[in-house]
Amino acid sequence: MTTILSCENLSVSLMLAGERYPVLNQLDFQLQPGKTFAIVGESGCGKSIMALALNQLLPPNAAYQENSAIFLGEEDLLLCSDVQMQTIRGKRIGMVFQEPMTALNPVFTIGQQLTEIFNAHHVHAEQSLQQHLIELLKQVGISDPVRCLRQYPHELSGGMKQRVVIAMAIALKPDILIADEPTTALDVTIQAQILDLLRSLQVRYGMAILLISHDLGVVSQMADDVAVMYAGQFVEQGPTQLLIRDPKHPYTQQLLAAIPRLDQHDRPLAYISGMVPGLTEPKAACPFANRCPYAWSRCWAEAPLSVEVTPLHRVSCHLYTEDPSMLADLKISEKQESFVVNPASNDHSEIAFSVEDARCYFPIKKGLLQRTVAMVKAVDGVSLCLKKGKTLALVGESGCGKTTLGKALSGLLPLTKGDIRWGANTEVLSATQWIKQVRQQLQMVFQDPFSSLNPRMMISQILSEGLLAHGLMPPKKEQLQLLQGLLDKVGLPQESLQRYPHEFSGGQRQRLSIARALAVNPSILICDEPTSALDVSVQAKILNLLKELQQKDHLAYLFITHDLAVVGYMADEVAVMYLGRIVEYGLREEILKTPKHPYTQALLRAKPMLGEERQLIAPVIGEPPSPIHPPVGCHFAGRCPFVMKQCLSEYPSERSVSATHQVRCFLYSE
Amino acid sequence: MFNYLLRRILYAIPVLLGVNIITFLLFFAVNSPDDMARAYLGQKYVTPSAIQLWKSEHGYDVPMFYNEKASGISKVTNTLFFTKSLTLFTFNFGMSDSGRNISYDIRHRMLPSLAIAVPILLLGLLTNITMALLLIFFRQTYVEVGGAILCVILMSISSLFYIIAGQFILAKVFHWVPISGYQSGLDAVKFVILPVIVGVITGIGMGTRWYRTLFLEEQYKDYVRTARAKGLSQQRILLTHVLKNAMIPILTGLVVIIPSLFLGSLLLESFFGIPGLGSYTIDAITRQDFAIVRAMVFLGSVLYIVGLILTDISYTLVDPRVRLGSSQAGS
Repeated sequence: MTTILSCENLSVSLMLAGERYPVLNQLDFQLQPGKTFAIVGESGCGKSIMALALNQLLPPNAAYQENSAIFLGEEDLLLCSDVQMQTIRGKRIGMVFQEPMTALNPVFTIGQQLTEIFNAHHVHAEQSLQQHLIELLKQVGISDPVRCLRQYPHELSGGMKQRVVIAMAIALKPDILIADEPTTALDVTIQAQILDLLRSLQVRYGMAILLISHDLGVVSQMADDVAVMYAGQFVEQGPTQLLIRDPKHPYTQQLLAAIPRLDQHDRPLAYISGMVPGLTEPKAACPFANRCPYAWSRCWAEAPLSVEVTPLHRVSCHLYTEDPSMLADLKISEKQESFVVNPASNDHSEIAFSVEDARCYFPIKKGLLQRTVAMVKAVDGVSLCLKKGKTLALVGESGCGKTTLGKALSGLLPLTKGDIRWGANTEVLSATQWIKQVRQQLQMVFQDPFSSLNPRMMISQILSEGLLAHGLMPPKKEQLQLLQGLLDKVGLPQESLQRYPHEFSGGQRQRLSIARALAVNPSILICDEPTSALDVSVQAKILNLLKELQQKDHLAYLFITHDLAVVGYMADEVAVMYLGRIVEYGLREEILKTPKHPYTQALLRAKPMLGEERQLIAPVIGEPPSPIHPPVGCHFAGRCPFVMKQCLSEYPSERSVSATHQVRCFLYSE
Repeated sequence: MFNYLLRRILYAIPVLLGVNIITFLLFFAVNSPDDMARAYLGQKYVTPSAIQLWKSEHGYDVPMFYNEKASGISKVTNTLFFTKSLTLFTFNFGMSDSGRNISYDIRHRMLPSLAIAVPILLLGLLTNITMALLLIFFRQTYVEVGGAILCVILMSISSLFYIIAGQFILAKVFHWVPISGYQSGLDAVKFVILPVIVGVITGIGMGTRWYRTLFLEEQYKDYVRTARAKGLSQQRILLTHVLKNAMIPILTGLVVIIPSLFLGSLLLESFFGIPGLGSYTIDAITRQDFAIVRAMVFLGSVLYIVGLILTDISYTLVDPRVRLGSSQAGS
């Protein structure tokens, strides 16, 4: 096999406060035309630095170490000057970045930004440039390329922007495409479309793709070979299917075990204790030693060498450098959680609260007098019922109104309309009554633990604020005990009280958010994507914690998420939302095993699952319509593979599949 | 866009009315017409009849807000508030207390003020942006370190030093330009050069450092990384991508300057003897001629509002995300 790019001993160090710290350590790999090489690992492992290192785009405080070499063909890129590199970047190595929202310059049109590449590399298209750009945009699946060329980035959706970024990267047909988390910021159906696109472009141009991702599902669908990165090193490397089926390194094993599966409702998730070491923290000889369940003295003293366990499958771990008899004793077992998931009880639990026909409309104002000309129907007639000790998962892609609904139910946004009943009461509560009850009984855990805690407040203040506001603060001597009890509940050390949020990691901060929510002793928690900003190993811990708390305190959860695997672990009931309405509602098993609505089916199919052979074909085309001018008929009609004539003219009413399972789709009318 | 501008202009009316009422109350409550008359007449001639005479000569002998003695509409119009304050809306500034026509003075003094303020603004902008771009381009070299030190030095020296040093070196030693003074017409150029040089130099330190921060902030944005990955050269990225994005905050900063363009630079005009609006205001304050001060305060707020509207319009020129008038759905 020919090799197009070969990295040898690639080591990079970063200068921080006058000291050099290694971020990349002796990386060796090759890229081959038409093949995809993936790098996986948690955040902070050095994946993105490595993408930048290949292109010499490192930040100014980073430096390559001696003996590092990157051969592109015969040429060592590290010996190239920046001016020489300019002829290689974009022309021979294309790059796709994680965040399509910020990767494009907001003040230039798409056309201008594309033209730039041709000018910078003095490439003159055979046809007129305009014609060439139109062809290019068509290739990446943009339906109206002429208009797109004149548009500014903010006029495009996230998926469209990522298509434009890809168009830029492949404009000059590079030999290598580096894709740094190309779909992380996108919805799952769009992710499937983009991954399909990358794959078809690869077949067409025979590019080598370097895919960087934290999502083992994506990697298993896309990559031929994969390397697992930890603290700047490759700890394991091999053909994708082999590595996922038979992981050798304890880190890979645990990373795979931490991913929630659709059918994992009854077992706690496995997780990795500890966290990725910071750059400046002292490390053992094997950087994973302090989190590894098998670590022994040798791991601290001596760095493990890379050994080939089976052909092409290499791993750096002392488990495999010792004589094989050692392995027999170290049986790899899943980590035992401290709690046991109770078997799901099917008895009808008490209702915590219910809402009927909830609507949230936002006016669009225009003209001199700011008259309301249209309404954004963010939530348009949603009925939900939360039961004590149970979790209702609200699933949908971004923009479907799930967060708005969560905020409206907790009183953070006004409900335009909606009948709310508390508990099993039949009495409808007025907005003010609702807010009064809600403030204490219903608490929220927000998505981003980095911005949802006030950075200027100590943890003790954050926790006691709610207590003070509701007059629940106990007398002085019991206060400390109460706050420490809260920290204990969420598994944080008691000395945390005197600290500030920035001193905690993402996972710990999310624990604090949960402790803050629990402080006022609520009966309902609304969790708005509480783990989507966290790494998979941290996510497992938080989900376990939430589940444990629910069992202990009999809490009702409204769990807002876009991740169906998380739903499989957390939910008892599932509501699938599309453009402000619930399209399918049912028990967990019903939704995940026998989904009825084409949208639910698409969501399930679009989620890249581990270990499956490559078969990803985007289940639906297009993007959700605008909630300002929703289609006349079924909102999903424009993307639905089963669309019928009826779907275009009227919105389907609710049909029961079973006593607990409802769907809004004409496919299921008699 | 048109609707937006119309709405902004309509909003300006209550704002200006408020400014008008507050300045009126401040000036007349602190300093009643009687006090003014006494100050003008001096210790010697203060007799009740002299005060009365001065007041009637200068139009201060009517009640503040409501004239009972008058009839009809003039119950309201024949008052201090109406004649001295509301008439400012028609840009009829009336007579100063020393008996000069304020409108005439402003018209004649505006030009000298603009003649030094506009070149300072434009040349300053150009110099500061160029300096800042150079500092970014030569990042992590001695050029950057030297430039940064120079900026701090320039910032730390009082502008009085530049004025005096400039007058000494360029005017006194080399006789290239006159020390101070002003002539109208083309001759103005030789009087204007020195104050403009001094004005630009005074602003370099602060301006360059500020723009450098703006550029640096943009420099670390994702789109710059994308541009580099496309193979664009550093110069090109700076001059197109970074510059256009950084112009957005730079333009915001310029609004604050627009009123002072017309109102003149107090310090420069006094030192270089330029008969602009800045020295006009200072003279009025020292002479306690409050009619002029009130007129200048009002003019300042009008210009500030115009400046804000102009910035909004200029935003639409540099930032395609800004579209005036079409407000988004509130959330």
